[in-house]
Amino acid sequence: MGIGFDKSIGMHSAALLLREQRAEVLASNIANADTPGYKAKDLDFKQALEIMKKSSSLAGQSSVNRSVFVKYRVPNQPDTGDGNTVDMAHEKMAYAQNALDYQTSFQILDGRIKGMMKAIRGE
Amino acid sequence: MSLTNIFGITGSALSAQSARLNATASNLANADSVSGDFASAYRSRQVVLQSTDLSSDFYQAKNKSVGVKVSGVIESGDEPIKQYRPDHPLADADGNVYVSNINMVEEMTNMIEASRSYQTNVQVASTAKQLIQQTLRLGQ
Repeated sequence: MGIGFDKSIGMHSAALLLREQRAEVLASNIANADTPGYKAKDLDFKQALEIMKKSSSLAGQSSVNRSVFVKYRVPNQPDTGDGNTVDMAHEKMAYAQNALDYQTSFQILDGRIKGMMKAIRGE
Repeated sequence: MSLTNIFGITGSALSAQSARLNATASNLANADSVSGDFASAYRSRQVVLQSTDLSSDFYQAKNKSVGVKVSGVIESGDEPIKQYRPDHPLADADGNVYVSNINMVEEMTNMIEASRSYQTNVQVASTAKQLIQQTLRLGQ
């Protein structure tokens, strides 16, 4: 077998899945920026990617329960009185960076797929 | 797909923030409202926000993406301002009228905060939209 799809795509599909999940968690934080008692959360990307790298196949990667990597953020300033720990500037930056990282992983994945298409067509 | 869930989350935030803007608009419009008796004087209305998932289970609450909703509207506990204006048509027997307890500064900051939150959530949704559109073009 010449082309190993799983091998070629590698961890970039896993990274995309995690970036997607992280975007959702960060969007929740931004939506709840004014909610009393809300605690900001984030996805432990490094730990999650380590676990997902261990499952070699695409199917295995998508079946990993990614929600267990969601953790509460450590607030970087004392409670202002309403129990909310969302730091809007921090969340916005994290969301923007996450979107860029998503696009980066996406570009790499796109390149790999295009490369494989070329190989299949024999152009 | 989790990116599509973002529309649900930001959508809930947009409606909650617009409810807040609505309350601010009512408060500002009634800033000079006058009433003839203490009980019916206009009191500042404040929207109370709440996460849509308030599960007491630690893991349940932690793992779900959560939107936001308006859990209720409360009236400010501050007392209306009593003014002695015997010539006012609404004045009571003692010549007093009751002016609403709106704090203009508080309302304006509330308004700015709500509109900024609204803008941020729109931005979040539009970024998510771009990512989804891009994903649809994968490998093309």
